Amino acid sequence: MSLARPILLLFALIAGVLAGPAVAQSDPDTLRPLINELADGKYDQTQKQIEALAATGDPAVAPALEALGEGDLYVRKSDGLVFITKKDGKGYKLTDPLTLETAGEAGRREVSKIKVNNKLRRVIRSALGSLTLRAPDPEVRRQAAEAIFKAQDPDGIEALDAALAAETDVGVRKVMEEARAAAVLNSGMDEAQKLDAVQTLSDMGNRDALSLLLATQASTEGAVRDAAGRAIVKIEKSIAAWDAAQNIWYGLSLGSVLLLAAIGLAITFGVMGVINMAHGEMVMIGAYTTFVVQELIRTSAPGLFDYSLFIALPLAFLVSGAVGVAIERGVIRWLYGRPLETLLATWGISLVLQQAVRSLFGPTNREVGNPDWMSGAFEIGQMTITYNRMWIIVFAMLVFTGLMLVLKKTPFGLYTRAVTQNRRMAASMGIRTPWVDALTFGLGSGIAGIAGVALSQIDNVSPNLGQGYIIDSFMVVVFGGVGNLWGTLVGAMTLGVVNKFLEPYAGAVLGKIFVLVFIILFIQKRPRGLFALKGRAVEA
Amino acid sequence: MMSSFLFRAMDTRAGIFLALMAAVIILVPAGNLLVPEGSPFHVPTYAVTLMGKYLTYALLALAVDLVWGYCGILSLGHAAFFALGGYAMGMYLMRQIGTRGVYGDPILPDFMVFLNWKELPWYWYGFDMFWFAALMVVLVPGLLAFVFGWFAFRSRVTGVYLSIITQALTYALLLAFFRNDMGFGGNNGLTDFKDILGFDIQADTTRAGLFAASGLALVLCFLLCRAITRSKLGKVLVAVRDAESRTRFLGYRVEHYKLFVWTLSAMMAGIAGALYVPQVGIINPGEFAPANSIEVVIWVAVGGRGTLVGAVLGAVLVNFAKTWFTAALPDIWLFALGGLFVVVTLFLPKGIVGTLSQGWSALRQRKVSADYEAGSDEPPAPPQSPSAPAKIHPKPAASRLPADAEAQPAE
Repeated sequence: MSLARPILLLFALIAGVLAGPAVAQSDPDTLRPLINELADGKYDQTQKQIEALAATGDPAVAPALEALGEGDLYVRKSDGLVFITKKDGKGYKLTDPLTLETAGEAGRREVSKIKVNNKLRRVIRSALGSLTLRAPDPEVRRQAAEAIFKAQDPDGIEALDAALAAETDVGVRKVMEEARAAAVLNSGMDEAQKLDAVQTLSDMGNRDALSLLLATQASTEGAVRDAAGRAIVKIEKSIAAWDAAQNIWYGLSLGSVLLLAAIGLAITFGVMGVINMAHGEMVMIGAYTTFVVQELIRTSAPGLFDYSLFIALPLAFLVSGAVGVAIERGVIRWLYGRPLETLLATWGISLVLQQAVRSLFGPTNREVGNPDWMSGAFEIGQMTITYNRMWIIVFAMLVFTGLMLVLKKTPFGLYTRAVTQNRRMAASMGIRTPWVDALTFGLGSGIAGIAGVALSQIDNVSPNLGQGYIIDSFMVVVFGGVGNLWGTLVGAMTLGVVNKFLEPYAGAVLGKIFVLVFIILFIQKRPRGLFALKGRAVEA
Repeated sequence: MMSSFLFRAMDTRAGIFLALMAAVIILVPAGNLLVPEGSPFHVPTYAVTLMGKYLTYALLALAVDLVWGYCGILSLGHAAFFALGGYAMGMYLMRQIGTRGVYGDPILPDFMVFLNWKELPWYWYGFDMFWFAALMVVLVPGLLAFVFGWFAFRSRVTGVYLSIITQALTYALLLAFFRNDMGFGGNNGLTDFKDILGFDIQADTTRAGLFAASGLALVLCFLLCRAITRSKLGKVLVAVRDAESRTRFLGYRVEHYKLFVWTLSAMMAGIAGALYVPQVGIINPGEFAPANSIEVVIWVAVGGRGTLVGAVLGAVLVNFAKTWFTAALPDIWLFALGGLFVVVTLFLPKGIVGTLSQGWSALRQRKVSADYEAGSDEPPAPPQSPSAPAKIHPKPAASRLPADAEAQPAE
């Protein structure tokens, strides 16, 4: 009941819209007497009247039936006309049940309620179901079939059979067949029919089918019971497989978030060997850049909102990159070869940046909106995939590929690798190592800024945004192996998936603790990470 | 044997420090309890508690300095040991509340009654006895440090890697202690303490006593650290800091030395935490925050890494500044703290004490050589003080005391 109700309400509303003159199948004048008759007689009589209304097959009567089910249908004592009413102060607001136009008001004593009992409510529900099963809009038909599926109403079988005969849409047809199977299992039909129904549900293979089959198994005997048992085993297997798929998806999604946060660090820490504790703040600066861009767009060019992220991406790269270059030139270059001091100095910088952002934008969370193409979700099989997660995975992969290309295919990447591998030799070859240092650090910070744009879509944009990612990022880089971008990719994805698989058993917090402990133990075993660099570069 | 051990711990600087500490330990409680309130020499109770807090921080800084300054292990997780010691003490204080809690349960602390727990978890047993709690204050952090260090040092995790996994350790503990079902009060931690060893925890005399206890613990740990760092063991530690591989090749079991000093340091941090909790009256998971651990490191860096007096001085100075700033200019504090990190690492790598003593010995050198120049033609004798000639930053040679040395640890 409680599940079916919002859906009923929904298609009652849709039906109400459809009830406009364009799609009305019957003349309101022929329907109105039928509706007005609802006021007469006892429950038995009302039931017949409801069935008569349903028999017209006109979606226009749906609002009236819906109101009847809700107890909102009243009859005006003076002229015996029936109205949909809504309480308004001391009196009632009247609405015409067919045209849905307002029809004045009435005092409390001028109208009386048309009473219904539970049996009638069930009748109304199936009547509404069969009414909408024939609606012109396939979406409405599908919802009607789903409502019958949920209610498992044997009375809906006839209506479904009729609707199935006329149905042309393959998708809707399938839903109707499933609804029919659900209704058949709940009816007194013979064994062969029920076996067919079990087969249909078994093919359906989701949780709804599983719960129906479990109920069937408990309430029937013989062949149907056995068939239900077999179907249950089969469905449970497929559900477990889908669950695993969903977990992997969540894991990959978490992994890409980690990858985005860590990949800039993989450059500054992994390639350059600089411990940048202010890395998280670069991410935060990127997120705040997105916020500023969106604010500017909101005030000056609201039409561009869907493109705000594309505008924010290069800006975030530039802003974070510039801050990164400034940090490198101002502080870090004096500390090369002294990693522990670098760690402390950059931690100090991170405090300053946090406080600066807090002073500028305030300590509270800032609202960053999702563009339309980032919101919503779609389903594959029994998996729900939200668009923002999907785009972040795609985006993380793009950033990773782009970075790989920059490092492997451009002169700048060549210089970077040369300086990393042998600074003095590179300098002897005429590479300006200080500039390469500054630009590499700027690149790593800029990538962090880009990550901030992506993270602003799924996380709170606050001055503490970066803090939450810094430890995770270091874990990913250390786990994957310092100085190896592929290691970072594998590390991020592994940690993401492992985390999500641990969560159902251990809870989110314990899962995270397990992962941390696992990494701590892992570093004992392989102190240089999954993909350790070998050769002279390691000792340099 | 014992006396020579102690004797080694003494020199002028340590003497000054001990005299100062003795004065503080006696004068502050006396100023609070004996001097009448109107007098300008009266020390208000809140100041006693505040200074007691500083002393426990100083002890924590001392512990960090022992491993970082002398053994080159930069721990970003010492707040974890501090908090564990604090929790052990907090559990004792919780059990002392007895029926005076809001729910009046004679055994279960309030938060357990609130969570509908029926009996005390096994790990709370024994904490109604002070000696047991006191033992745990040392044992729990010590054991954790031992196990952690055993794994870390044996597989030769060094440098920043070690720093980052110590940070991960305290982060993991932070997350764990936030959970309600851990049985440590979750988010709120342990608070609302009533008395300690039968004394009312709010009373002025108890506060003064806790202050004196903190001071005493600091002095004792200082002497212990001093004795260790000036012994042969201390020399090996400094060798490990400056050239770990070479020390290993010379035949020392580097990981044993590291493990010893690491565990000892964790125990000292635990004691600091245990003295901290009754004075501030609360312990919650926030103490595990990685930021706290890094802050401790900056106290040490400000005062002077590798100088025990410097660690104490740095802790007191920075915390005094923090108290003052957060009251007067709350927005500026993080700027100031962040700036401090940068300035100290860039311009004051030896910290206050290190820089001062370096300047002092440079001055003496100049005086000695000036005397020689003014005197005869005889060649300059080796400097009277065995202290190294003060070279220009950044790389001074090895010097008389590890306390003066700030050679870069070999990475």
